[in-house]
Formats: sequence, structure tokens, C-alpha cells
Amino acid sequence: MKPHTLSILVENKSGVLSRVTGLFSRRGFNIESLAVGPCEEPDMSRITIVVIGDDEKIEQVMKQLNKLIDVIKVSDLTDSERVERELALIKVTAELGTSRAEIMQIASIFRASIVDVGAKTLILQVIGDTDKIEAMEKLLRQYGIKEFVRTGTVGILRGAKTVTSGK
Amino acid sequence: MKTGAKILVESLQREGTEIIFGYPGGVVLPIYDELYDSSLRHILVRHEQAAAHAADGFARASGRVGVCLATSGPGACNLVTGIATAYMDSVPIVALTGQVPTNLLGNDAFQESDITGITMPITKHNYLLKNAGEVSRIVQEAFYIAGTGRQGPVLIDIPKDVSTGLSEDVKLPEKVSLRGYNPTYKGHKRQMEKALELLDHAERPLIYAGGGIISSNASAELVEFATLASIPVTTTLMGIGCIPCNHPLNLGMLGMHGTEYANFAVTECDLLISIGARFDDRVTGKLETFASHAKIIHIDIDPAEISKNKHADVPIVGDVRAVLQDLLSLMKKREAREQWLKKIRHWKQHHPLKCPTNGALHPQFIIRTLSDLVKDKAVIVSEVGQNQMWTAQHFCFHNPRTWITSGGLGTMGYGLPAAMGAHFARPDVPVFDIAGDGSIQMNIQEFGTIAAEKIPVKVVILNNMYLGMVRQWQELFYDHRYSFTELPPVDFVKIANAYGIEGMRIESPDEVLPALQASLDCDGPFVMDFRIEREENVFPMVPAGAAINDMIGGHPQS
Ligand SMILES: Cc1ncc(C[n+]2csc(CCOP(=O)(O)OP(=O)(O)O)c2C)c(N)n1
Ligand SMILES: [Mg+2]
Repeated sequence: MKPHTLSILVENKSGVLSRVTGLFSRRGFNIESLAVGPCEEPDMSRITIVVIGDDEKIEQVMKQLNKLIDVIKVSDLTDSERVERELALIKVTAELGTSRAEIMQIASIFRASIVDVGAKTLILQVIGDTDKIEAMEKLLRQYGIKEFVRTGTVGILRGAKTVTSGK
Repeated sequence: MKTGAKILVESLQREGTEIIFGYPGGVVLPIYDELYDSSLRHILVRHEQAAAHAADGFARASGRVGVCLATSGPGACNLVTGIATAYMDSVPIVALTGQVPTNLLGNDAFQESDITGITMPITKHNYLLKNAGEVSRIVQEAFYIAGTGRQGPVLIDIPKDVSTGLSEDVKLPEKVSLRGYNPTYKGHKRQMEKALELLDHAERPLIYAGGGIISSNASAELVEFATLASIPVTTTLMGIGCIPCNHPLNLGMLGMHGTEYANFAVTECDLLISIGARFDDRVTGKLETFASHAKIIHIDIDPAEISKNKHADVPIVGDVRAVLQDLLSLMKKREAREQWLKKIRHWKQHHPLKCPTNGALHPQFIIRTLSDLVKDKAVIVSEVGQNQMWTAQHFCFHNPRTWITSGGLGTMGYGLPAAMGAHFARPDVPVFDIAGDGSIQMNIQEFGTIAAEKIPVKVVILNNMYLGMVRQWQELFYDHRYSFTELPPVDFVKIANAYGIEGMRIESPDEVLPALQASLDCDGPFVMDFRIEREENVFPMVPAGAAINDMIGGHPQS
């Protein structure tokens, strides 16, 4: 059992997302993260789903996804050279004159940026893979995380290879 | 300019639809008004579930797409069981539902239900129409999706303002093309060669033939393939009819209520060729011991079925008929596998299905008598339970599409409405619904439809005054504790008569043939209430989760 990153190219129509996610829950999968947005083709969308399961179960889910009429292409990026990124926004408790300096130091180590400075809080924006985001969250926990918002992973293959509508 | 309703009816006719089964209501009034003077025949059922099953029965018996129609909300929801039944058995139907007008969608309007949401997991695809201009294209797509690849139900939800809205005629493509839907029809050449190599080296090959052979109309190719390569054939519940029952290579049904010889053969074969079947748990029993000495070739149009439950050594994705044709062109006739066939003949001889004869009225005897009487000139539909299994075991089927049953979902109440649909596909032969007293009461209101439309369905009720199949499990596995499975006696003849249908009660074996003959002599529908041995069981039986050669109620091992 390991996390798999699936890149799913779909018709940009209403209801498609629920067809896709419904299939996961129906077949007993818990979606770890999900990101959806427009892509290089104007009438298609790309869904990136991270899901944990053994290889055979994942293969079965991919075959079932492929059967959905509105799904154009499904790829498992997991065993390929790829770039994966996620963006997180973290609102941390940081009263003036207390731990602010420390938090800002952590931010700079993680190349996170401070996108909002309030009287009692800071908002950090960090981009990276899941490990990096979780490492940073762990470090910040001691200061008090008020809110933690993540986009979900998106992934893309390295080099010239693509996940496009060659289907 | 035409209304959406008119375009809908024209589009159905363009797809070759001649008959639809339906039930009216508020938001489908514009469609019903269009049907009023249309040449498209409409059969008014008594419950929408029956409309879906009738469309399904029509599709299975004819090989064409069946169509049903219901209003929004309760009407659409009543279709659900019928759609799920068709989905599980890969039956091509198009279900049309009315919907509240688009401006009320999502408003909890009167009789609104999210039927595309509800049916998402039980349709191959579904649509919610938005304007009259897309009606013709989507009907064309729906028929294409339902009837190609691995077939299945497609639902089209039609808001009232789409039916009343106006549109010009839209030019449709000759052929539908959808970028997300490209079934593979041709098998992979190298895989087929590998399969034939395995076959060459096999000493004890066995074909495990499923419903895919029936849906792809590949029965002739299957029999030719089996004969040419000298391979015995066992069929699933859905595959029955793909090879004549009395063909020397046919081992009958395998699995939970399969024949002993079929289950022995699976256990001992060294090569299992699965064709259009899906290794369902009712077939395999304990997976680890199923065909555990065999290499597996798996031929199926749906790649998702391959290696889903059992690893396939040689997967071949393609239309079963196309693949069999290619295999036939690549292979040579080989001599009979005498040793293997001899072993199978021995099993067949010493482990036949049992048909008790002790003067009482046994269901097996009724089925065999019917089988001898109608031979290959009937379509047999069943309900679910013991009645279904006795029919699958004891009726001798000669042709594909003459055995119609709810396999995957096991829907009680399927038989009578499916038999109505089957009649319109095969008006040339009598259609029998083999029923249980429980199942028939799940859609007994359809007596009204067969009476009004003079649909000559012959209903054989194997009346044991029990939910017999459940009672059998309680007898065997729950210490005879018959919890809520006894049904009080019902006078089915009186019910039939009340609808204006002729009927007869049968209580002894010597009345069986005359009753069946009387049903054939009657022009219209006919109901027979057979008061059978109440605690008769279906044997042999593989207890749930056991190995399939581990049967109870069979013969002592020889
Ligand atoms: C709609 C539905 N409800 C419940 C069941 C569970 N079930 C399977 S067989 C059976 C008993 C069927 O009784 P009857 O129709 O009298 O047939 P018999 O087994 O007695 O021949 C039941 C309740 C089912 N298959 N379908
Ligand atoms: Mg019964």
C-alpha cells in the first residue's frame, strides 16, 4: 500500500467530478487529496487524485475510471519521473514580540512566504511536495496553527512525456 | 421548428425503436401527447419497475436496445431496481425520465428527484438534457453507448421545458464518435497466438462460457471453437443457451448450484478459457481453490473484468465474437482429447442432476415436462430463488436468447415484466415466466398489463408457500429456524381471474402435462399455480465460501 498519484483528463462538463469521486468511494477508496482545474485543452479539465492502495486495486480503479464516458485519459504518475507540488496556507498564532522571529526563520528555511501579517497571526504560504508541507506543519504546531489550507497535489511528468488526450 | 417531445419520438424511431414501456405523469405530459398519435407503440405498465424490466426482457430476447419511460420523482425512482438489474447483467436499455423544468432544478420542486445522481452507479452513462436542440444528438449517443462495447443501461433525464421547447432539426453524424469511449473489438494478435499455444499443450482444457457470448451473438462461433479444439464447455447462469444443452461437450452450469460434473471439471482442468464471464463469487466459491491447477485465458470486451478476481495468464480484450472468429481462423482441428472427455463422460454418468420421483409434485419434474413439451420453441424467463435454479438446471435450452433471468442483481419480480418485453421481441413463440410464489407477488400488478394488452405470457408459479431459497439456507445453515420465510397460501387462480386471466391449480404430477398443454392452447395469458413439495431443496449446492467441488446434496464420490 502506497500513495498513487493519478492524473485524469476529463470532459469539462457538469457532474464529471462527482462521477469520478463517486467511483472511488464506491470501490472503497479514501481520496487523500484532490485537485481540479482547467488544462491545455479548453473543453477538458484535469483532475489529480492521490489515493492509497495496493497496485492491483489501483489498477482496477483506473480501469473503472477509463470506463466512464466522460473520462478521456487516466495515468498513474507514481512510478515515473515527475514533479509534484502542493500549495498550503498556514495561519499561525504569532503575538507581537513573541515567537514571530522564530516563525519567520522557519518560513525562510522552507522558502515559504509570509502573505499576511496580523496583530496576532501570520499567514505563511508554502509550496512543495507533501513531505515538505507536512514537515513544516509539524514544526509550526508548537506555536499554534489556527488554520491549515491545502490545495491538494498536482503532478506532471518530467521531460517530453505528457498525459494528454492521445486516447 | 419542432418541440423537444416531437424530436424525442422521432429520434427514438430513427434508432429503430418500435415499442416502449412506460407510465405517464405530470412532467412527461408533452411526451405522452406526442405518443398519442405516433406510430411508436407504447405499452402502459402498472408500475414503472415493470417498464424497466420489460425493456430489459425485450433487449435480452431481441439483442436490440429496449426503451422505457417514466415521469419524474416517484416514477423515475421506481425505475431504479430495473436499471440496476440491467446494469448488473450488461443489458442495453435506454431509460427516459421526465424532470421538473430547468428553472426549478435543485429547488426540491414537486416530484423532483436527482435521478442522474441516483443512477450514476447503476448506469453505463446518463444525461440531464438542457435544451430541445440537444435531444436528437443525445438520443443517438445514448443508443450508441447502450448497445456497443460492454452493453448497459443509459438514462436520459428530460426537463419539462426541454420537451416543450423548440428547435430546428439538427444534423446528426452518420456515426457517433466520443473521445472518452473507444471499446476494443479486435483481440490482440500475439495474445491470441499465446492462447492457442497454451491450448496446444493443454491436456484438460475447459471453456467457462458467460453472458458475453449471448450479448455478442457468438454462440455459433463458440460451439465451432469448442468442437474444433475438442474442449468441454460449462456455462454460467447468464451463458445458458450459448451451446445446446444436449451437445456432448456441454457440462451445464457451474458454480453454487452447478452440476457436479461441471464443478469437478473446473477443479481438475489444466487450462480454463473464460469467455465473456467475470468470475462472480456465485460461480467461483472459494477463489483460491477455483481452477487452481489451471492456466487462465480470459477473453472479455471489458478490460476491467480481466484479472479483477482471478489472475489471467493470457488476457484478451475484445468482442467475444470477433476474438473467436480470429481464433478459429488461426487454429487447426485437433483430435479429440479422449482421456479428458472420457473422464467427463464418467462424471456425467455417475453424477447426474437428481429429479425425485415419489408421487409427490416436484418442481424439477414440472420443468422437465415443460422442456419436453415446448422443446426449442419457447422463451423461458424466470423469477429469482429456487424456481430460477431449478429452471437453469432442468430445462434443456437449445438456443441463445431463450433463457432470460436476473443473474447479477437477482431481482425478485423481474420475471413477469421481463416476459412481457420478451413477447414483443419473440411474438412467434410462447413465453413462459417460471415464478416463485414470493417473486410473482413483487410485480403481480402486471397481470393487469398482460390482460389489457392480451400479452400471452404463461405464468408457471412453483408455489411452495415459502421464500424457498431463503428457507433452504435457514434449513441448512440456521438450524431449521424459518425466520419470516413462510408465506400464507394465496389463491393465484382467483387473482388471475380477477384480472380476466385464465388460470389453473395443479396438485399432482399427472395434472402437469395437461395444464401446460392447456396454457399453450389458450390464446392469451395463462396462470398456473403448481402446489409443489414445500421443502424441496436445490441441489447440488456449494455452501457460500466453500470450494466448488465441495458440494452438498450430490452423489457419493466415485
Ligand atoms: C427484491 C428481492 N428481495 C429479496 C431477495 C432475496 N431472496 C432471494 S430468493 C428469495 C425467495 C424467493 O421466493 P420465491 O419467489 O417464492 O421463490 P422460491 O425460492 O420459493 O422458488 C428471496 C427473498 C431478492 N433476491 N430480491
Ligand atoms: Mg416460494
